[in-house]
Amino acid sequence: MAVRVRGLRKIYRPARYRQVSALNNLDLDIGAGEIVALLGPNGAGKTTAVQILTGHRRRDAGEVTVLGADPAGAGRAWRARIGIVPQQASDFAELTVLEVIRHLARYYPARREAGDLIDAVGLAGQAGTRLRRLSGGQRRRVDLALGLLGQPELLVLDEPTTGLDPAGRRQFWDLIRQLAAGGTTILLCTHYLDEAEALASRVAVLAAGTIVAAGPPAALAGRDAAAATVCWHEHGAAQSERTSTPARLVAALAARVAGPDGEIPGLTVTRPSLEDTYLRLIGATPNGPVTPEETS
Amino acid sequence: MTATSGNPPTASYQASQHGASQHGASQHGASQHGPPLPSLLRTSVARGRLEITSFFRDRESVIFTFSLPVILLVVFGEVFHGTIGSTGVAFRQYFTAGIIASGIMSATFVNVGASVAMDRADGTLTRLAGTPMPPAAYFAGKGIAALAVAAAEAGLLLAIGTAAFGLRLPGTAGGWLTLGWVFVLGTAACAVLGLALSSAPRSPRGSSAVFNLPYLVLSFISGVYVVFRDLPPVLQQVAALFPLKWLCQGLRSVFLPAAAAAAEPARGWELGKVALVLGAWFVAGLVLCMTTFRWLDRE
Repeated sequence: MAVRVRGLRKIYRPARYRQVSALNNLDLDIGAGEIVALLGPNGAGKTTAVQILTGHRRRDAGEVTVLGADPAGAGRAWRARIGIVPQQASDFAELTVLEVIRHLARYYPARREAGDLIDAVGLAGQAGTRLRRLSGGQRRRVDLALGLLGQPELLVLDEPTTGLDPAGRRQFWDLIRQLAAGGTTILLCTHYLDEAEALASRVAVLAAGTIVAAGPPAALAGRDAAAATVCWHEHGAAQSERTSTPARLVAALAARVAGPDGEIPGLTVTRPSLEDTYLRLIGATPNGPVTPEETS
Repeated sequence: MTATSGNPPTASYQASQHGASQHGASQHGASQHGPPLPSLLRTSVARGRLEITSFFRDRESVIFTFSLPVILLVVFGEVFHGTIGSTGVAFRQYFTAGIIASGIMSATFVNVGASVAMDRADGTLTRLAGTPMPPAAYFAGKGIAALAVAAAEAGLLLAIGTAAFGLRLPGTAGGWLTLGWVFVLGTAACAVLGLALSSAPRSPRGSSAVFNLPYLVLSFISGVYVVFRDLPPVLQQVAALFPLKWLCQGLRSVFLPAAAAAAEPARGWELGKVALVLGAWFVAGLVLCMTTFRWLDRE
């Protein structure tokens, strides 16, 4: 188990006699080599949770083990085993891609060769370009490269593809899949549900400081067993029916309306999308809507 | 892209999960018996080089840092005439020593403070906090860069001062030694003060006010533009609490003829006091940094 969290609590005190619970009884497991996506609206506590997991915030209660150590007391050797790709940054503006990678590599005991890494993230043509002059997508590739410098066992990605064009996102996804195939554990924080669906073996939905649902994206909160909507064409018009037994309905339709080729015209069977499920989950939290005070 | 372990990228999910546990185990072993973490010294030197490179590539801050004291030196050097009291020493020499001290403070206090505020805003601090860099290396790097920029500034002003305004380089080894320790101590004290104050501005836009205001006020009351002894006693007492007055005085002891010592409030250079006050500010600034420095934003 790369990450194990039990009963994690974090309380903020925005004013003297007020307490806001940023994280409330949070449980999370991430297996070695797994890609887990952490989803949730702004202010749900994603950033706070990640900061506690990476040892940058103290917790008020609960057990946290990351790569076999408690992040609250872990040292540099532990930190060298974790790669972090922070949210959009604009640091190192006046340095070139190669300079930045060579510099940060000096902090790690086991590091990747700069040239290989630059090739791997697809920046071979920009090695001598200053970061200030890179496009948003190229800049994110640098951020990823910096996260990979120390050959991390755990990679934490915070909104990694914000600002990338669709083709750039796909390339980024391929890189992340290859890393996971190589055994790297990946924690992905994202607002893009298609990204979570494409990459993650499991997603966890965080709302108002607690995990309200977790599971494989295709089965999150029972969406694979939820009522399906079957649509078809009959009598020259579009028909649709919500059913909990779509196979039986389709079989009945095949007998009733199928043409000479045996096909049902215009047939689709849809279950609630990940987005539908997600929106239902974050709207139905016990503590009600998330207020700005609960932002970390 | 080469994957981090030897597994081919085409490996199935099951196979890769199996590989993952092996990978994890071998990495865990590597962290205990593998290559050691880079030392504080090595990372500090790397930080220092990076800070210096970044500074000299940022054209605007280079031009502002270096041109302001040079322009002030040239303009006021042409305007100011006459001698200090009855010492017979030209005021230009007095003023040039003061501008060098003020330039050192601008290159350290203002620059270091503004650069840390910028590091906080652009994500540098968040990034570094996520790496195994020893935190002390960040501060050491700022210090190394401050020394380099201050040395370049002082060298430039010294060259102009000796060429055009009658400043004399120290003639003895003792004079150079004094110049050395006054410079290093003054730079260190001003740099840690900039670091200590770097948590004060809420945005990098506010940082110019936070650092330039104390710098400008101290420049006017510390004996840069006006002979210190001619200032109202209250201002003299206020200035004596801060490092710039002592940095000016230490540099005057190096660059001005011995006769000029009569124009000091104590009729002497008080080098012991210079060392004491600058050293005390360095230690106080260091303590303040260690207790108040924030790597991440407020909770």
